[in-house]
Amino acid sequence: MGEALLEVRNLAKSFGALRATDGVDLEVHEGETLAIIGPNGAGKTTLISQLAGNLRSDAGRVRFAGEDVTALSAPRRARKGFARSFQITSVFPEFSTLENVALAVQAHAGHSLRFWRPAMSDPALIEPARQVLKEVGLETRAGVIAANLSHGEHRQLEVAMALATQPRLLLLDEPMAGMGIEESERMIALLASLKGRLTIILVEHDMDAVFRLADRISVLVYGRIIATDSPDKIKLNAEVRKAYLGEEA
Amino acid sequence: MKTRAILWGAFVLLLAALPPVALELGQPFYLDLVRRIMIFAIAAISLNLILGYGGMVSFGHAAYLGVGGYAVGILAFHGFDNGLLQWGAAIGGSALVALAIGAVSIRTSGVYFIMITLAFTQMLYYLGVSLEEYGGDDGMRLRTRSEFPLVDLKDPVTFYYVVLGLMLLSIFIVFKLVNSRFGMVLRAAKSNEARALAIGFSPYPYRLAAFVIAGAMGGLAGALLVNHTSYLTPDFMHWTRSGEIMFMVILGGMATHAGPVAGAFAFLLVEDMLSAWVPLAFVREHWQLFLGPLLVLSVLFFRRGLAGIFGKHDG
Repeated sequence: MGEALLEVRNLAKSFGALRATDGVDLEVHEGETLAIIGPNGAGKTTLISQLAGNLRSDAGRVRFAGEDVTALSAPRRARKGFARSFQITSVFPEFSTLENVALAVQAHAGHSLRFWRPAMSDPALIEPARQVLKEVGLETRAGVIAANLSHGEHRQLEVAMALATQPRLLLLDEPMAGMGIEESERMIALLASLKGRLTIILVEHDMDAVFRLADRISVLVYGRIIATDSPDKIKLNAEVRKAYLGEEA
Repeated sequence: MKTRAILWGAFVLLLAALPPVALELGQPFYLDLVRRIMIFAIAAISLNLILGYGGMVSFGHAAYLGVGGYAVGILAFHGFDNGLLQWGAAIGGSALVALAIGAVSIRTSGVYFIMITLAFTQMLYYLGVSLEEYGGDDGMRLRTRSEFPLVDLKDPVTFYYVVLGLMLLSIFIVFKLVNSRFGMVLRAAKSNEARALAIGFSPYPYRLAAFVIAGAMGGLAGALLVNHTSYLTPDFMHWTRSGEIMFMVILGGMATHAGPVAGAFAFLLVEDMLSAWVPLAFVREHWQLFLGPLLVLSVLFFRRGLAGIFGKHDG
């Protein structure tokens, strides 16, 4: 394999005495789907927030496409090709579904110091937004105010907003959280359709989804990565079973 | 949608028809009252841009009334009566002051933002008090109203229509702004800042730009106000004035186009009624005592403001 798209070295973050991220090394290659699993409180969301730039790291480096992005803020990382979804639904609730996605398109369409023309009738924003809504299966819900969408639709919208920024790296924080079986299936199918086209880091508790989607799996326990391997080998890894899978097996 | 267009049309017609009717009835006082209300409506419309749409709770919007007023008053004092120069200085000066205040305060949020904007405005207030040459604490008379080619502001009816026109223009400008790409960033950052950052928006420059535009419009209101009262005092910038403008926006309905106008009319009409028209002397003397509870009740009952009565938000 060539150079990794994302390369994380010795990343650390403490909250008081708690070491939420404790010397994490990661490499994710272009087109790969890496799942991060681990018990509750392992530091998965903290790690995603550090990668996305929402949380400043205490130590360590993050390189993206050969460039050191450690010091960059979340919006600047986003403009370089990072996109994230949040564990707890985070959309623009007062805006319509289409507007939510159009905003994500706009964020990557150069500066927004345009004061006069109505943005939401601008085909340069609306057309790509409709395209993405179609891709995630929300096209019939385009005009609905986001606050009125169902939980599953919110998760789809989050993915749509991430896609609309035309990212190179997708950071998904429990996209299946709180979903019913049917909604989960739809989400898994959607993510499967993105697989290979995009580089994805997926934090997820739904093991079924993880084993179906991931090329490799990293296991995070108490802020440390204790194993990174193919799904088949992770299933057999004794340490992993003890730390995590054992609870469910 | 249609009802709203009809309401706006009726409102504009009513305002346009007021001067001939008031003069016919021999009540020029109403002209004066409504003109004052419309000037405050402009201030409220500009505050709504940053407060309602931008989520920036500025407790110092009277600063721009003051800067605009002083720009006109000081130029007039030194013999420069040209309105274009005076109003240009009012708008430009307010924009610069807003740039300075905004550049510092927008880096903070929440209570800190409120306190910093208040503190800056208090500084300007005391600056006004200390300007002995321009009347200090007592203020000074404006020698003559701003002079424009073709338009004579000394004519109360002409002045009235100028204010009406500028108020409608302000509404239109804010309407265009909040629906532009610029406005979308502003509203998105208010709606969900973490999400706005995550999709790649850096809100700071947009918030600052909105703050400067709002300041400039506030400065225009200040220039109008000093022409209206023909008197300039530091009280233009008193913190209670900032509170009143903020109240108009909240009472009328934040992040709506009709809200700040409705709020300015409701607030100042009720104030005027309590302090002058009510037949009970006790109420007239202690009108603030009655205004307070009325305001509390109105906020409790009209959660989305007066504009909310006529339907949903119209962002």
